[in-house]
Amino acid sequence: MTKKPTNTRIAVHTYDELMDVVETTREQLDSYKHHITICVAAGCISQNSDKVLEALISGAEARGIQDDVEIKGVGCMGLCAKGPLLRIDPEGIMYQGVTVDDVDTILDTLEKGPNKKLLLSQETPFFQRQQKVVLENSGYIDPESLPEYIAIGGYQGLYRALTEMSPNEVIQEVTTSGLRGRGGGGYPTGLKWVTVAKAESSVKYVICNADEGDPGAFMDRSVLESDPHRVIEGMAIAGYAVGANKGYVYIRAEYPLAVERLNLAIRHARQAHLLGNNIFGTTFDFSIEVRLGAGAFVCGEETALIASIEGRRGIPRPRPPYPADLGLWGKPTLINNVETFANVAPILRNGGEWYAAIGTEKSKGTKVFALAGQIQNTGLIEVPMGITLREIVFDIGGGLPNGRHFKAVQTGGPSGGCVPEQFLDMPVDYESLREVGTIMGSGGMIVMDDSSSMVNVARYFMEFSMSESCGKCIPCRVGTRQMYDLLDKFVKHSATQRDYDMLVELCDLLQNTSLCGLGKAAPNPVISTMKYFNEEYQECMMHDEEALPGEKAE
Amino acid sequence: MAAPASTIDYSADKRWKKVEATMRRNGYQPDALIETLHTVQELFGYIDEDALRFVTSKLPVSPSKALGVATFYHYFQMKPQGKHTCSICTGTACHIKGGEAILEDLREHYSLEPGETTPDGKISLLTVRCIGACGLAPAAVLDGEVVGNLTVEQLREQFDSWMAEEDDEETD
Repeated sequence: MTKKPTNTRIAVHTYDELMDVVETTREQLDSYKHHITICVAAGCISQNSDKVLEALISGAEARGIQDDVEIKGVGCMGLCAKGPLLRIDPEGIMYQGVTVDDVDTILDTLEKGPNKKLLLSQETPFFQRQQKVVLENSGYIDPESLPEYIAIGGYQGLYRALTEMSPNEVIQEVTTSGLRGRGGGGYPTGLKWVTVAKAESSVKYVICNADEGDPGAFMDRSVLESDPHRVIEGMAIAGYAVGANKGYVYIRAEYPLAVERLNLAIRHARQAHLLGNNIFGTTFDFSIEVRLGAGAFVCGEETALIASIEGRRGIPRPRPPYPADLGLWGKPTLINNVETFANVAPILRNGGEWYAAIGTEKSKGTKVFALAGQIQNTGLIEVPMGITLREIVFDIGGGLPNGRHFKAVQTGGPSGGCVPEQFLDMPVDYESLREVGTIMGSGGMIVMDDSSSMVNVARYFMEFSMSESCGKCIPCRVGTRQMYDLLDKFVKHSATQRDYDMLVELCDLLQNTSLCGLGKAAPNPVISTMKYFNEEYQECMMHDEEALPGEKAE
Repeated sequence: MAAPASTIDYSADKRWKKVEATMRRNGYQPDALIETLHTVQELFGYIDEDALRFVTSKLPVSPSKALGVATFYHYFQMKPQGKHTCSICTGTACHIKGGEAILEDLREHYSLEPGETTPDGKISLLTVRCIGACGLAPAAVLDGEVVGNLTVEQLREQFDSWMAEEDDEETD
C-alpha cells in the first residue's frame, strides 16, 4: 500500500514542492478502487456518523478490502436533514440516514450495486441548482488533511499572489471580483483592503470574524469544520495584500469541533512552512493565532471584537476612527468574515473576472445560506446571487413539510426582517433585500409557516437583542427593554393604541441614536413584521382570544 | 494592585499549573485574560473568586476588571455546575420548532430555571444562543454531546435516568 504523505512530513518552500504534494497525494488516492466518504461535521456527528465511520473501517478490514477502499470522514455535504450522509465514488452513490447497522449493506454496495432503501437521489434541485465556490471542497476532502487540500489546488492562490503579483495587484484582483463582505454588511472587500493597505504603519493585523452569533446561522461553522485551510489561505493572501504579518481568528467557544480543526490546520500549515517566516521562499511572513469568543453576540461588531481580543469586555466604541486606521492595539486592522476569506483563494486562482461573472450587477459571486425552520431540506446551500427566494425555498429547499403553508422567511437574524409571500420572486442580492426591509445578514434563512405568530417572532428577537445589549449606550440598553415589554403586552393581548404608537417611536429612536449596529438594527424585526403583518398587531390590541392571531390550529 | 490574599494553597492542585501555562504562552499580557479564564473553566468547570485571585495575581489586570470580564461573557460560569449539564438551544430555528415548549416543560416538571442546578447538584440547566445545529432543531447539548430533533418525552427520559443513576450509587 502506498503511503499517504502525512500532514507533518511535508514541507513546501517552492512551486515544485507544492506540485510534488499534489502528485503524491493524487497517486495515493488513485491507488484505491473505491472511496467511501462520510460526513463528520457537527450535524452528522450528533447522529453518530463518527461511529459509522469507525465501524466501516473495521468492517473493511474484516473483509480484507482495506487496500482497495479508502474510507474517510469529510466535511458537510449540505443536506443535514437527511444525515448522516455517505458517498461512494467513483460510482457516485449517495446514501442517507446511515447507521452502524448499515455497515454491511454499505460495503456490499461495492459488489452488488446501490441499496434502494438508503439511496439518496442527487437528481433533485437540492443538488442540481447549487453553485459551489466556498463549499467546493466541503464534503469531498478530509478537513484534517493538508495534503488533500493541496491536491485539489490548495495554496496555489497564495503562491500566485506571493510570487507573481504585487500587493496592489492582489487588491486589484479582489476589487475586480466585486466580492462584498459576507458577514452581512456587504461592504466592498476590495475597498476595505485598499484602506488598510494605505494606512501607514509598520505593524498591521488581519482578523477573521468567526463569531457567528446570529441564531439560526451555521455557515461559518460548517466552512471551518469542512475546509479550514481555505480560510487560512484567504487570510494569508489578505495579509500580503494589506501588509500585515499577524492574523487572528476570533471564533465562538460554542463551536468546539470547528476550533479543534482550525487549530489543527494552523499547526499543519506552520509545519509545512505555509505559515511562518519566508513563505514560499519570499520575504513575506505570516502567522495566525486563534482567540476564543465567550458567548457575546455584540462581539460580532468589529470594535467590540477587537476589545475582546485585547482581553477586555466586548463593548463597542464610536466609529470613526475605523479599525482600518485604528484597530487592534491601535494598529490598522483588516476585519473580514469567514465566508469572505473563503472566497479569496478561488478568486486568486481563477481571477477576479471569473468571479464577477457569477451573480448580479451589484452583488457578485455566490452566497452560502443555512436553511432551517419549517422546510423539508434543512441544511447548507450555496447559490449564485440573484436567485429568487422562491427557488431557494421551494426548489432547493423542497418546500414546507406536511403541506404547511408558507408565511415568511426570516433573514439576517435579530438585525434582519421577515420577507412575506408577495416578494418570493424577488432576486436575492444585497440591494433587493434591503429594499423590502431586511438584510442579507450572514446567511441564516428561517422559513416560517402559519403556525408562527409574527408578534411572537418579533418579541423573540427583541428578547435576544435585549439580553445581548452590552449596556454601554442608553438607547440600546433601555430601549430594547422597553420595546420588549411593549411586545410582551401585544403577545398577552393587553396592548393599547398608545403602546402601538410608543413602539413605532422607539423603533425610530433606536435606529437613529444607538451607538453600534446591535442597537441600530434591533428594531428591524419589529418594523418588518409591523409592515407586512400589521393585522396581527392590530388583532392583539383589540380583544382577547385563545390563540395568538396568525396562529392557526395545526 | 495586589489581589486580596487567597485562602487556598494553589501549589496543592496541579490544575493551577496548567492555568499558569496559558498565561505564560500569552506572555503574561493583559490580553491573556479571556484565554486564561477559558482554561480555568475547562479545568474547574466554573470560575470562582479564588480563580480570579490567582489569575489577577499573575496578570497585570485588576481583580475588579477580571470580574467584569468574567461576568460580561455568557459562556463563563460563575457557579459550580451539576454532575450533568443540559444546554437547550434557543436559536431561531429551535424556537420556531418548539424549543420554547421544551424549556417550559422542564420549568414545570422539574421546577428548574435556566442557569439553575437541581438542589442535589445532579443536573444544571442552561440555555445557549444557537449551537449551529439548526438542521436538527430543536437541539440541545447534553453533557457535551449535541442531540437533535429533541422531544419533551425524550428529554424527560434523559433527566429521569440521570436522576436514577445517582440513586443507584446511593444504594450501592
